[in-house]
Amino acid sequence: MTAPTVAPAAGWAPELRQAGEARFAEVGFPTTRHEEWRFTPVQRIAQGTFAEPVAAAADPAALAPYLFGQGSWPQVVFVNGRYDAARSSLAGLPAGVTVSSLQDAWLAGTDVVRAQLGRHATPAETPFTALNAARLHDGAFVHVPAGVALPQPVHLVYVTTAEAAGAQVMPRTLVVVGREGRAALVESYVSLAPGATYFVNPVTEVVTAEGCWVEHVRLQRESEAAYHVGFTSVDQARDSHYRSFTLAVGGAIARHDLVVRLQGTNTETLMYGLYLARGEQLVDNHTTIHHQQPACRSWEVYKGVLDGRSRGVFNGKIYVTPEAQKTDAKQTNRALLLSPDAKVDTKPQLEIFADDVKCTHGATVGYLDNVTRFYLQSRGIPAALATRMLTYAFCAEVVEEIAIEPVRAEVDRLVRERIGGLGA
Amino acid sequence: MLEIRGLTANVGDKEILKGIDLTINAGEVHAIMGPNGSGKSTLAQVLAGHPAYEVTGGSVRFDGRDLLDLEPEERAHAGLFLAFQYPVEIPGVTNSYFLRAAYNEFRKARGLEEADPMDFLDLLEEKLKVVEWGPEIMGRAVNHGFSGGEKKRNEILQMAVLEPKLAILDETDSGLDIDALRIVANGVNRLRRPDNAFLLVTHYQRLLNYVVPDVVHVLAGGRIVKSGGKELALELEARGYEWVDEPAGVA
Repeated sequence: MTAPTVAPAAGWAPELRQAGEARFAEVGFPTTRHEEWRFTPVQRIAQGTFAEPVAAAADPAALAPYLFGQGSWPQVVFVNGRYDAARSSLAGLPAGVTVSSLQDAWLAGTDVVRAQLGRHATPAETPFTALNAARLHDGAFVHVPAGVALPQPVHLVYVTTAEAAGAQVMPRTLVVVGREGRAALVESYVSLAPGATYFVNPVTEVVTAEGCWVEHVRLQRESEAAYHVGFTSVDQARDSHYRSFTLAVGGAIARHDLVVRLQGTNTETLMYGLYLARGEQLVDNHTTIHHQQPACRSWEVYKGVLDGRSRGVFNGKIYVTPEAQKTDAKQTNRALLLSPDAKVDTKPQLEIFADDVKCTHGATVGYLDNVTRFYLQSRGIPAALATRMLTYAFCAEVVEEIAIEPVRAEVDRLVRERIGGLGA
Repeated sequence: MLEIRGLTANVGDKEILKGIDLTINAGEVHAIMGPNGSGKSTLAQVLAGHPAYEVTGGSVRFDGRDLLDLEPEERAHAGLFLAFQYPVEIPGVTNSYFLRAAYNEFRKARGLEEADPMDFLDLLEEKLKVVEWGPEIMGRAVNHGFSGGEKKRNEILQMAVLEPKLAILDETDSGLDIDALRIVANGVNRLRRPDNAFLLVTHYQRLLNYVVPDVVHVLAGGRIVKSGGKELALELEARGYEWVDEPAGVA
């Protein structure tokens, strides 16, 4: 891991950088001896030498397919870690709403940024949040003030181009939604260089106030030779609603941690996830939900489809503190193996210290059911098509949960494409 | 149309069918009755190509072809249909998508192009009448959350769309209330033609009040032990299965 070769802009979050630098110097990269990284070896990242990314422009035609055909959505685009003003468009935002480069907002002295950045996904969370802080590039800042509802989703686009090959990118996102605010966010990680090897290490902080409603879609579509280690922290205040959908299809090693802290009563949290792995890909999802206030509800469904010699990892933690009575938490994790050489390690982890709660979890890993496939065959559908239809159906159950229709349609298309073609 | 000779089949090491002989001609309705565990459903599933069963001997000719040589989907394309005793739920696949995919595979097998979606909708509208359903059922996932009766009606709908030469109904009447039974039976009667045939596998005589069979067979211990006309079903209903002579050596 090389040190930064380009000096950061003067005054760009120096304390956070220093804290990240110090923390990473202390802990270094994890190994499989660390419980949280037991099934996810990261030597290839640790031993790699990743340069600072080269500035590049994203070809608009190449980028267009990743924008859901929604030219009117406000969007901020970062290419190889740098803000691309030409590709970003911020028209039509309601008064008081900010969508901008995080670095610009910090350097402009924006109070919300200075108060919140790095306070939720701290460098202490994981070695990779420390590294992100230490090598902070840029990223998106979204601020929705109290009482404001965004009329359209905001798209945060993190692009890597061929120029990023061999480089490391450290995107950073901060989303702050004020009391009774409403926002839909789409966070995309896309590669315009399909075979490139590079390292993306994003950290996202979502901070909600009372009564917020936040819809958050995270699409990870990196090169299949890339390393993507991401961390998302969500703080929910009382009476807030947060709904997440994460998709992971890229990365040779792809890891995402989603940590939700319920800091007020009567919240609702929905977490849906889908990953599709093939070849030698390793896709790891770690989710943690801290039920630490009474009467909060959480509902989680993660699904994975694994082909080839791919590996899946799922770890779902639900912590319920003694004061979090009347918690209602449900977690489901299902993996579908399409190949005898694919493998999944799954670990639900419930730690419950309150007595009046409803917490359930279920994990299944398996192949397609022969009887179901036979049923389709008996209706004239050939075995190979039956397999694709059933794989699609397995995914569709979570894809249907994407509430932003153009995004749902695009993920649906992507799933069909990945499972090898399926008529409309 | 269908000629079964000396058919034997196993599940694991257990022999379930111990030599079945059965001939079904076009235009006929046959019923197979028998006590639980006699092999009725096994026969139905073996004919459709269920992967859990191993055919160990005998032959099955269907329209002059060796049925046992065909994959399940090829059997379907050849005109064989099995209405499942326990129709499978397929969450995530809508009834309309499933039916259209199946219908198009049938066309493909005949060297035809895929059906125009609008033409298919017209066809579907006609077929829905067979089971007295409105179009809203088409948006639901196949059998997912369906009641027992709805699942059986859905089987009849699939049969109506795919127009098989030989339809095997595996206990389609079980678990149906009287209205659902009437709808299912009417559906079958509307689909009867001189050039197709039905094999009704049933435990009870009830369905046969509505769909009158030409021949009734009694299956016991993996063999057909008695065949007769429709009055045989009434006799079985009145006297149970015990009076039927079972072949020696079969419990």
